[in-house]
Parts: sequence; structure tokens; C-alpha cells
Amino acid sequence: MKKLVILGGGTAGTLMSAKMRRALPRDEWSITIVDQDDDHVYQPGLLFIPFGMYERRDVIRSRARYVPKGVDLMLSGIDVIEPDDNRVRLADGTLLPYDFLVIATGSRIAPAELEGLTGPGWQKSIFDFYTLDGALKLHQALEDFRGGRLVLNVQEMPIKCPVAPLEFLFLADWYFHERGMRDKVELVYATPLDGAFTKPTASALLGGVMEEKGIQVETLFNAGEVDSEKRILSSWDEREIPYDLLVSIPTNMGSEAIERSDMGDELAFVPTDKHTLQAEVAPNVFVIGDATDLPSSKAGSVAHFQGGILEQNLLDAIAGRAPCADFDGHANCFVETGFGKALLIDFNYDVEPLPGRFPLAKVGPLKLLEESRMNHWGKLAFRWIYWNQLLSGRELPFVDSHMSMTGKKAPKDNPVAHVAA
Amino acid sequence: MSTATFAGVPVEVDAEGFMTNPDEWTPEIAEEIARQNGIDPLTERHWAVIDFCRRDNEAKGTPPTVRRITKQAGVPTKEMYQLFPKGPGILAAKISGLTKPKGCI
Repeated sequence: MKKLVILGGGTAGTLMSAKMRRALPRDEWSITIVDQDDDHVYQPGLLFIPFGMYERRDVIRSRARYVPKGVDLMLSGIDVIEPDDNRVRLADGTLLPYDFLVIATGSRIAPAELEGLTGPGWQKSIFDFYTLDGALKLHQALEDFRGGRLVLNVQEMPIKCPVAPLEFLFLADWYFHERGMRDKVELVYATPLDGAFTKPTASALLGGVMEEKGIQVETLFNAGEVDSEKRILSSWDEREIPYDLLVSIPTNMGSEAIERSDMGDELAFVPTDKHTLQAEVAPNVFVIGDATDLPSSKAGSVAHFQGGILEQNLLDAIAGRAPCADFDGHANCFVETGFGKALLIDFNYDVEPLPGRFPLAKVGPLKLLEESRMNHWGKLAFRWIYWNQLLSGRELPFVDSHMSMTGKKAPKDNPVAHVAA
Repeated sequence: MSTATFAGVPVEVDAEGFMTNPDEWTPEIAEEIARQNGIDPLTERHWAVIDFCRRDNEAKGTPPTVRRITKQAGVPTKEMYQLFPKGPGILAAKISGLTKPKGCI
């Protein structure tokens, strides 16, 4: 019996286990998926928890329920990966040998990377919403908030879901309006980027939305320290931002198991071929989702698009052929803008988010880079799609792993978009 | 794409003044871009960072992040901000003749 081992039972690991179970004969291949607990969190839903739009029970389900028949789920921590010996050492010392390995260990927040962040103010006046616990506590803090300055700080790029900080601020604007206290709240976005977003067309548009909503933007702000007694966030170049409530997107890092295995870059993300998804460390190791060091977004949609590519490349590698499927960096994200509306962006390594319709030209029904109610319903409907279609590794109708130019309007002054069209 | 002249040499730059071809770069070009950005002269510590950025870009195909520079070239974050004020990652890349670092994706 040959062995495929998948580390991580999140979005990427679960959908890969389903794809590979369908693709590999059961009498020749066993598939094992390892995760430290049985809590599968619907991560896009964490954004809605601070505003009371979702609760705990809306975002958490048993991993076991989504791991398909014929795949063994092992609930265990991972100590180290030993690629030279083709095996994984689990937390209790058990050795798990493999013929092929898929690393899908995701990313985590590392708040200790910013001096003072986890000091006396942590979870009192400083919160995160990238964990379920953090999002729930932030909900209580927002309910108790009587006004003042709310600062959202992105500590360092890359982060999971690069649009989530903007969405948080748009939703906060809406939330405080609804509570009749928007005039008592100052919203500030402190980002290390030089604009609201880096892709030029989307950045200009999102920057405009920020301005319309009266959200102040502090760009090129690289936070160096938090003084939670004085409630001041200061940058390396000695700018100071006072806050009453600090919402932090702490440094995102790969799994500690990757660090222990000495297989990561300086943020513990695994060096990976950006086209084939093969790990640099060994030809029988592949990486998918947030765990990679790829210059693509860390997002569930990306894991989904990578899934189709990785399945082909794993089957090629298993058959002794060179992996030839080519990931293009495709990402697709809904961006909540508040008041029941959202934007949609669709892009890849080479083509920035462009206006137009999605997925069908002229018909849509979704609009790209333009606020609409339909896009907001799309985002809410996505939760059903996630649990019922995406995790089972099925393709979504009309949406291919590779980005399509169908329906997109390429600006005349963007040569890259023209080439790709 | 447009052309800019640094130290008497015409080179290709993007809309924000980042060189698009690292092979056209020379140490004299670095000195002139540095001067235009308020850094004069380039010290030994600046050069340690620039050398690392160029080597790393050649190996990885992308300019290094500040975190990568601090860890790999042994220049603490605080010093990076003294050497290359405001945005050290972006400024170091610009002076090293590299494309603008892609922070967000």
C-alpha cells in the first residue's frame, strides 16, 4: 500500500484529500490527513463575528464530517517533517511514513512579533479578529465601545486575506452608523503599504471608498511598538498614533512545525515552485494554500484554484512524469463595503483586479470592482458553497482554476492586461 | 515604461522610478538614486544592505522584504530605518536597481 499524507485539515488539506481519494485507487493508496483538533473554522466568517452578524456556531464544524470516506483523519499535533527519510514525526513521537506529502498547514497570527502587543492591553483594548477567540472578544469590546478612536493596524505583509482589514473598517463604519454613534468614532487605517491596496486600479478605487466613508489612512506605517498603558501605537520612523481601541492584524507566519523542521523562510512559509506547487526541499513534497511562500494571496479561493493544479501535478509525479500543470496565481475575493453591499475582485500573478462582469461577460450576475447588493448576497451564499461544494474538491460552475479575461475590461494603459487578454 | 538618466546613463524605469532591468544598474546609479532620495553619502552599512538585496534578488527573483534583510544580512530593523528612512524595503530596492517589492498580493 502506498501512502499519501496530508498535513493540515483546513480548506486546502480537506479539499485535496477529497480530490485525491477520487483520483487514487483505494486498493493501492492510503490517504491520511493530520490535524491537531477537530474544529474546522469557516475563516471568511470571522470578519462578521465582531459585528454580531455571525456567531460561533455559524463558523465552526467538525473536521471529521468533511473528510471523505476512505481517508484517515488523525487528530494529533505535528512535531517535525523529515523529508530526507520520507516521514513525519507526530507530537507523541509516532512516525508517519509517506510516499508523497502535501503540506497544507496554513498560517497563524504571531502577535508576539510586535513589542508590547501582547502586554497588559491585549484583549482589553487590543484585539485581533483572525482567531475565533479574538473575534468573539472583539465583538464584546465593540458592543461596549462608547466612542473614541478605533485604529486598525496591519503589522506586516503578507497577511491572510489582504482585503479583510479594509472590509473590517467598512463594516465598522456601517455598524457605528446603525448604532447612531458614527460621529463619536474616528476610524483610522494604519498600513505598511503605500495605499489602501497595492494593485493600482483596486487601490485607487478602495482608497476612494475609504475617503467617502471618512476613514483616515496612514500609509507606509511600519509599527515598531505598542504602549498599552498610554495607548499609543508607534512606528519605526517614530510616528505615533493614539488609540482607544486597537484592532491588530499581527504578523502572519507559517506553522511552528515548519519552523521546527527548518523548512520555512523567515516567516516559516515553505519555499514552493510558484507554478507547479512542488516544494523546493524534495520532489515528493507539495505545498498548497496559506503555507506556501508564493506571491499569490493567502485566501480560500486561492487554495481552491491551486487544488485543481495540484491534483494534476501529484498524479504526474506519482506516475513518474514531470509536473506540468501551471498555477497562475488566480484569486477571487468578495470585499464587503458595508450597508449590504460588496465588491468582487478576480486577478492573478500578472493581471490586476479589473472592472467588468463575473463569471459571464455582460450577464454577470456579479460585478467586478463595483459595489452591488448582488455581490453581498454572493458573499453570504459563499458559506453554503464552501461547506457543500468547495471542501469536497468539486469545481465551481463557470469558474476555472486559471483566471479568465472573459467579462473583464482591460484599461488601455495597462499593457500587462492586454498581453494576458 | 519610460527612460530616466542616472549618472549619465539612460535606464528603463517604471512609473514610480523603479528600474525594470537590474542588469543596467551600476554603483554610480545607486549613489545618484540615493542622493535624489536624501541619502548622501552611501556608507559601508548601506552597501551591505544593497549587496544583499542584489544577491537575494538574483537568487529569488524578487527583492527581499525588510524582515528578510534583517534576518539574513544582520542589519537590525531600527538601523534599517536610520539607513533608509520611511520605507526601508522600498527605498533599498529602488537604490539597488530592483523592482518595487510586492508587499500585498
